[in-house]
Amino acid sequence: MSRDTIFQKIRSALEPIKEKAAHPGFEEAMLISPVRTAGSPVEAFSRNFTTVNGRVMSTLEEVIDLLRAQNHQVGYCDPSLMETLGRPLADAGFEVRTEYCRENYDDYDFGITRATGGIAETGSIILDDAHTSDRLAALSPWVHIAVLSRAAIHPSVPAAIAHLGSSRNIIWVTGPSKTADVEGILIEGVHGPGEQIAFLVD
Amino acid sequence: MIDRQPIDTYARQISDEKQTSVITGSTASTDKRFNALFTDYADPDSLRKLAAKIKDHTLHHLDTYLEQAEASLQRNGVTVHFADSGDDARETVLNILRGHEVTQLTKSKSMASEEIHLNPYLIENGIEVLESDLGEFIIQLDGDEPSHIVRPIIHKNRREIARTFQREGIAEDYNDDPGTITRRARVHLREKYMLAQAVITGGNFISAESGRLVLVTNEGNTRFGMAPSKVHIALVGIEKLVPTDRDLGVFLNLLGRSATGQQLTVYTEFISGPKDDSQPSGPEHMHVVFMNHGRTDVLDSNCREILRCIRCSACQNVCPVYRQASGHAYRSPYGGPIGAVLSPLLFGDRFPELADLPKASSLCGACNEVCPVDIPIPDLLLRLRDKAKRAHIPQPGDLPMTPFATLATSPSLWRTAMTMSKAMNHLPIQVAPVRPLQDWLGQRTLPDWHGGDFRKWLKARKEK
Repeated sequence: MSRDTIFQKIRSALEPIKEKAAHPGFEEAMLISPVRTAGSPVEAFSRNFTTVNGRVMSTLEEVIDLLRAQNHQVGYCDPSLMETLGRPLADAGFEVRTEYCRENYDDYDFGITRATGGIAETGSIILDDAHTSDRLAALSPWVHIAVLSRAAIHPSVPAAIAHLGSSRNIIWVTGPSKTADVEGILIEGVHGPGEQIAFLVD
Repeated sequence: MIDRQPIDTYARQISDEKQTSVITGSTASTDKRFNALFTDYADPDSLRKLAAKIKDHTLHHLDTYLEQAEASLQRNGVTVHFADSGDDARETVLNILRGHEVTQLTKSKSMASEEIHLNPYLIENGIEVLESDLGEFIIQLDGDEPSHIVRPIIHKNRREIARTFQREGIAEDYNDDPGTITRRARVHLREKYMLAQAVITGGNFISAESGRLVLVTNEGNTRFGMAPSKVHIALVGIEKLVPTDRDLGVFLNLLGRSATGQQLTVYTEFISGPKDDSQPSGPEHMHVVFMNHGRTDVLDSNCREILRCIRCSACQNVCPVYRQASGHAYRSPYGGPIGAVLSPLLFGDRFPELADLPKASSLCGACNEVCPVDIPIPDLLLRLRDKAKRAHIPQPGDLPMTPFATLATSPSLWRTAMTMSKAMNHLPIQVAPVRPLQDWLGQRTLPDWHGGDFRKWLKARKEK
């Protein structure tokens, strides 16, 4: 019933508007920030991702150093990324599990999942549910390591929107989870990761 | 006695501590917004003009786009509901919850739900509701109201929050370090997330073309809340539509920058339906409730531009009146200039009681300059003042204009009054029964009155 009422009210409200605004149309170039997109997509991504306090890494040593420095021991790794990161980390002495057990969500210090893309302009990683083994694995651990292929980095927001695809759930992540609710002071790691890492691969 | 306007009265009552929190917070947000937009774009003005045109186009064709959005959502497996009044919306949400036998849920920040006081209603009906945004969580613990669209606890300082956490048993001891406060909330809320059977969200945008619902958060609370939930309910105002996915780019570029100076909010989530076979997790049922709650009345008014609003709070942050008075002075979930326009329109039955809000402005125009959808807020404030005047709604602070009108329409009376009023120089005018005048004179002195001298000078002046 509400449906009909609402449509009726909308139509009667719109009726007196004689000149209805046309869609203005726009060139995508207008939306793109020249400063943020300067350089190659990988350069721009790295620069912007670092600005939002994410860390860009491309070697195993960098990952190991950070995990050790912050005293992290146990993590989850998407089974399909075991060769890339999981096994080398296990060899280095970390406990790497390939199953994410939701009941024990607090056990995991780090989570390794696949990013389906990146956005250079904003320093964002793109997680697509259809290719993420468990969304909580990318959210509950203090450290999230997103394995991102350099070729999957879109230059700009409009380009990323054009490639959203058909998945039911896509999320762009731009840095660690944060809040400034308490006196405007920036605190990272609110509900999600306090460390957001993009691990670049070819 | 002619009294102060209600906002003035409120501004005088709030503590220095609270006023400092509000001024510091809103000033910082205004600076961040400016830096983000003007560093990133050579001409950010053209972007917001574009956004305004897209919104106007959408609003002028709202019936078409709402129908299209409904069809797109249904195609994606979403159950679509329509709620005309606030009561309809509350009942619809409750019925959905009952249908899925939900007794416990988490809720992310939603202005639409604040409008209709959804939380108390659900709680009264036996549903356990937990606000999951840090600020809203603290508001809920304190039984307070949010005072800012983006930063609900801008009016609180860390000491108050630390005391709340201690009182409510979130923490055993008092600790007012913001990092510690956040960490404690993280631990406490995680346990609750995992128990929730449903999640209620708002919606920042819905693309009519694809039926994608866009949610933005910085904390990740929406995402976390959805992890264990089987049911996702999005309560969305009917004006939140954009025509296509492509248009989303325009608004996403503006929203984060205007709100918090971020090029994008940390989590920008695109949800187009309940979990399908390709996804390992996610809510199995998704409901979108399109809420009217006065929006068609606004569409039918001469202030419909306000429906372009994307709830960024830039106008609130920049407003000199808001900075002094804080958000609660506006007596609705919407504070600042947006509230001064939206509240009297949206809560139509409360118009007489909210009709003073549009007067609480010097019409400086800063709100329009920062608006990402270029809403001519000062014009709308004037239209609403006119509406109040035509409806003969008396308000505190109104000066009796009849004596002035009599004087101003009779030259001889005017001349006499000008000369006579020199007597004012010898009268204690500061005790006149006009509170705003007393306030003004409390900080300034008037120069001597020279009534009629200019006319005398002009008359005596020789032509060159």
